Amino acid sequence: MYELTEACRIALAQIHAHKLRSVLTALGVIIGITAVTLMGAAIHGMDVSFDRSLTLLGNDVLYLDKWPWFNVTDWWNYINRPQLRPENAAALNRIIAQTPNSNLEVAAPVCVYMVTVKAGPKEVSGVFLDGTTSLFSALLNDDFTAGRFFTAEESDAGRQVVVVGADVADALALPGQPAIGRTLTLGGQPFRVIGVLAREGPFLGRFSYDNQAFLPLPAARKYFGTPKGGGTGIRVKVKDETRLDEATDELIGAMRRVRGQLPGERDNFSINQQQAFKSQLEPVKHGIAVVGLFITGLALFVGAIGIMNITFVSVKERTREIGTRKALGARRRTILLQFLIEAVSICMIGGLIGVATTSGLAVFVGHSLPKLPLSLSPVLIVVSLLVSVLTGIFAGFAPAWGASRLDPVDALRYE
Amino acid sequence: MSRSPNLPPPPTEPAAAGRPKRPPGALVIAIEDVVKLYRMGTETIHALRGVSLRIHRNEYLAIMGPSGSGKSTLMNMLGCLDTPTSGRYEFNGKNVAAMTDDELAAIRNREIGFVFQTFNLLPRSDALRNVELPLVYAGMPPAERRARARQALEDVGLGDRMGHKPNELSGGQRQRVAIARALVNHPSIILADEPTGNLDSQTGVEIMALFAELYARGNTVIVVTHEEEIARHARRIIRLRDGFIESDQPA
Repeated sequence: MYELTEACRIALAQIHAHKLRSVLTALGVIIGITAVTLMGAAIHGMDVSFDRSLTLLGNDVLYLDKWPWFNVTDWWNYINRPQLRPENAAALNRIIAQTPNSNLEVAAPVCVYMVTVKAGPKEVSGVFLDGTTSLFSALLNDDFTAGRFFTAEESDAGRQVVVVGADVADALALPGQPAIGRTLTLGGQPFRVIGVLAREGPFLGRFSYDNQAFLPLPAARKYFGTPKGGGTGIRVKVKDETRLDEATDELIGAMRRVRGQLPGERDNFSINQQQAFKSQLEPVKHGIAVVGLFITGLALFVGAIGIMNITFVSVKERTREIGTRKALGARRRTILLQFLIEAVSICMIGGLIGVATTSGLAVFVGHSLPKLPLSLSPVLIVVSLLVSVLTGIFAGFAPAWGASRLDPVDALRYE
Repeated sequence: MSRSPNLPPPPTEPAAAGRPKRPPGALVIAIEDVVKLYRMGTETIHALRGVSLRIHRNEYLAIMGPSGSGKSTLMNMLGCLDTPTSGRYEFNGKNVAAMTDDELAAIRNREIGFVFQTFNLLPRSDALRNVELPLVYAGMPPAERRARARQALEDVGLGDRMGHKPNELSGGQRQRVAIARALVNHPSIILADEPTGNLDSQTGVEIMALFAELYARGNTVIVVTHEEEIARHARRIIRLRDGFIESDQPA
């Protein structure tokens, strides 16, 4: 026990006595730890923003489509599937209503169009226009900054009303004029704005409700027709997001009933969910993490070699001191500990400075580039300090072991 | 030690003849027929060719011999820094020859106080910390070891120099610190290797007076030297030549 405090005292005295040398040696570890923690922060930040994006898709929503979202190599198996039709949603809702204890809540059809939106002198192209029914409001987890979603009456009657996302509203805004009640021209047809959605933020940089607009399906079909291919889909809200698998099975069964598919026949539709994004992007994320940590780990490794080198030098310089200590009764373990703690101390100091540097950088980046995901979690800080301790042990062990094994007679005679 | 003269080994006197006449205290060191070989490349060096020796409590002996006589090897052996190739070495009745490194370290810590020619103080620690060091390795709590170290420094007349670093002390003062360090754990023997070798003759005399005082207080003192002057302070002189004990006589 007293050996340990003695070893710490010696280590600190030694670092104090060789300030420049210790700082230069620690620099390798500082750079290594900074690189590793920056990488860790970037990976963690990526995770956080990715998860945030996924929640926009909805944890509790199943997307019924003609095509699966990913992994279509055998397109010929899908191309001849029948189109999904908006009427399928109504049929599904009837089945859901008949099923006792159904895991599904409601199905809403969505027909997607791309049109140009005009408002007086202003014009926005590339707006996703979603034709849907009033049931869709159950799937919106967003608030409205103003107005409301359209009602069942408006939807069934095909009134020319529209709910716009935040970006669309901003792009068309005129000073001093409230968004609600304005008339927009969608593909040449006038629609009155009845609601503006709150801003969601970007999803993986692209999709979100921010650049969409919603209008009653009958009106949309009347003017723009029914979209072909993947343009029509059905979104189904699940009652309990923890029972997504059961809900998926139920939806498959219900849809097969709607389609009148025979047993043994392959499903002629696809059920997508946010999980698909996850499983698609997880390997990419892991790849980035592994490669990134490996490369930054190399920087740390170089730092560790610096520590090892300086510990070897330290042992060599103090060979006589080791001999004296052994003559006075220092055991092997005592000498081993002395040099190991010296190496670990330098690494700890390097690690602390490295983590501090990363924290500073994370704050700086957070201020100047808010879109760049960089997030330093407490776990990451603890882990990187632990890593610097392990680096010290790894780097210091060989020289410390050599020192502990020195023959006292030879060590005392060493010039 | 590196020389191996071709002279025939001189006749050795029986070890019994060299025993002090005064009835001694308890047996501390018993060495029997100790041989030490070193291998240097293809050559084997016989540093000790069969040495037997008994040392009792409160003896004051000098070990003498020219370089290459095995004097240093014997000292390392006595100091438990090294173990014999063959033969027996008992320290306070315990067989040292078969001990592990750590057991030897414990013996050195508790039973042996070293005084080196070059003092071997830790340069960045003050006198008090230097003297405390053996007690640290003995696992003594800080308060107690500080008190003990202070006492030991006062005993060698350095009560006013405790906070000084070695480079702030004269040679004689440094050697006194080293002697205080050797004494602090109340060892069975004090083993001094050319303790005056790096000191001027006046300081050397003072240091030898200190050893005489330690002896008078009941300590067992072993001084390794090649100077007759110094050896004459001891009560018993062992002379080595070519790895044998040449003579073992009272001074």
